[in-house]
Amino acid sequence: MKQKMVLYFPSTVTEQPFTYYLIKDYNLMVNILKANINPRKEGRAVVEISGEKKDFLAGLDFLQSRGVKIFPLEQEIVWVEERCTHCGACSVICPAGALVLERPEMTVKFHNDKCIVCEHCIKACPSRAMEARY
Amino acid sequence: MVKRTYEEINAKIRAGEAVVVTAEEVISMVREKGVEETAVTVDVVTTATFGPMCSSGVFFNLGHTKPRMKMSRVFLNGVEAYAGLAAVDAYLGATQVSETDPGNKAFPGEFNYGGGHVIEELVEGKEVLLEAVAYGTDCYPRKKLEKMIRLEDIPQAILFNPRNAYQNYNVAVNLSDRTLYTYMGILKPNMGNANYSTSGQLSPLFNDPFYRTIGMGTKIFLGGGVGYVSWYGTQHHPDVLRGENGVPLSPAGTLAVMGDLKQMSSRWLRGVSFLGYGASLMVGIGIPIPVLDEEMLKYTAVSDEEIFAPVVDYSEAYPQNLGETIGQVSYAQLKSGEITIGDRVVPTAPLSSYHGAREIAMILKEWIKNGEFLLTKPVFTLPLSGEKINFKGLA
Repeated sequence: MKQKMVLYFPSTVTEQPFTYYLIKDYNLMVNILKANINPRKEGRAVVEISGEKKDFLAGLDFLQSRGVKIFPLEQEIVWVEERCTHCGACSVICPAGALVLERPEMTVKFHNDKCIVCEHCIKACPSRAMEARY
Repeated sequence: MVKRTYEEINAKIRAGEAVVVTAEEVISMVREKGVEETAVTVDVVTTATFGPMCSSGVFFNLGHTKPRMKMSRVFLNGVEAYAGLAAVDAYLGATQVSETDPGNKAFPGEFNYGGGHVIEELVEGKEVLLEAVAYGTDCYPRKKLEKMIRLEDIPQAILFNPRNAYQNYNVAVNLSDRTLYTYMGILKPNMGNANYSTSGQLSPLFNDPFYRTIGMGTKIFLGGGVGYVSWYGTQHHPDVLRGENGVPLSPAGTLAVMGDLKQMSSRWLRGVSFLGYGASLMVGIGIPIPVLDEEMLKYTAVSDEEIFAPVVDYSEAYPQNLGETIGQVSYAQLKSGEITIGDRVVPTAPLSSYHGAREIAMILKEWIKNGEFLLTKPVFTLPLSGEKINFKGLA
């Protein structure tokens, strides 16, 4: 199975090499889409983890046992349709192909499943129709 | 040969018998039946555009206070309106940003709130904070005012846009190796994208390239209500190279438009922000074109394949005002999602909403078909040659 998620690392575990363990001990593929550590030393990463279901669940258990909190990704970037003017400016900025200008309708569509939560669209959208919600 | 006068067309509109189609619909009609037959059938073609138009704003008469006040500085939700007019008159421009906006100090600035946003909120019916100061005179003693107001409380609010609905515009690319933040949106380095901003075949002045029917007094759809073309727009520059169909190959004609803000809608007047550039206002405009004769019908049948825009580098040629272009592309190519420049395939994105333009053209079509909207013959049409207009740079 394959799933995108947000991982939150408390400051006490930020320095641990979780990616290494997930790959080596749990045979999982880890694709880091976005990661940062704030001044309080808390870490936040958007990752896509894939592998056998058994390994996948064991890997997540391992993360949680070490204090890593796992949040679903689905609710992160929201397209506020009533603010969208369907201009299409976002379509060349979105690197994941999640925001596309459908042709010939020339309307903007947001494909949530493709979104990697890079947040580029938020400031690229002139009418501020994209919002980040955690 | 078909000939129609404004009076004849209006008589048909009043009788509910006018045949009205959009500038998009007329294209397929002409492809099917030819110009001659379509010209016999169609009375009016509706055109439209819905894009960011920086040269826009609102004239207010804010109403007199007790005691009276000659406002010398006026702010609406912290955005300054120019008050160097009579006592309680002021002009709020779309690109004016909030007093507290950091500008581009932390580059690129976000410009989340400006005149365009104030205009949108007023039209939406929201309360806005009016602040005014004055030096005080014998006839206007009051020096300070703070009040929450709504559009309905303001005696007069007139949308007056000195330059809208550009006839053609640049396609912006970036030849440098750093990201650019422009009024044409975010331009990725090394021609990572190409941004454009007109509604192409639906755009008003592409459908009347020689301004035969558009001029002072032309009644239009403006911001969801009714407005008028009040003059030729600033930078109106008809003397440019044109294709065989008469359509300019670079930015050319423009319109100054006005209308009562109180009957407009926030759906068609939208405050927008351009990262690293500033605030602006998206304005919805629809213009009906009377099919006076076959020639006029032929103009309105122009399609995206026959309209070309210049590609301009916004890292050097535009900011340095070099007047250089790196090619021409058609709106059909631009709308397909990618253009080819040299041996490079470059993804494209619009800043003007074609979807919105299409909707406005449909709304205007319905207004006319229902007999609610008659056409006006302009007092004078837009100047076709630059004789009267001195179009030159400063230095």
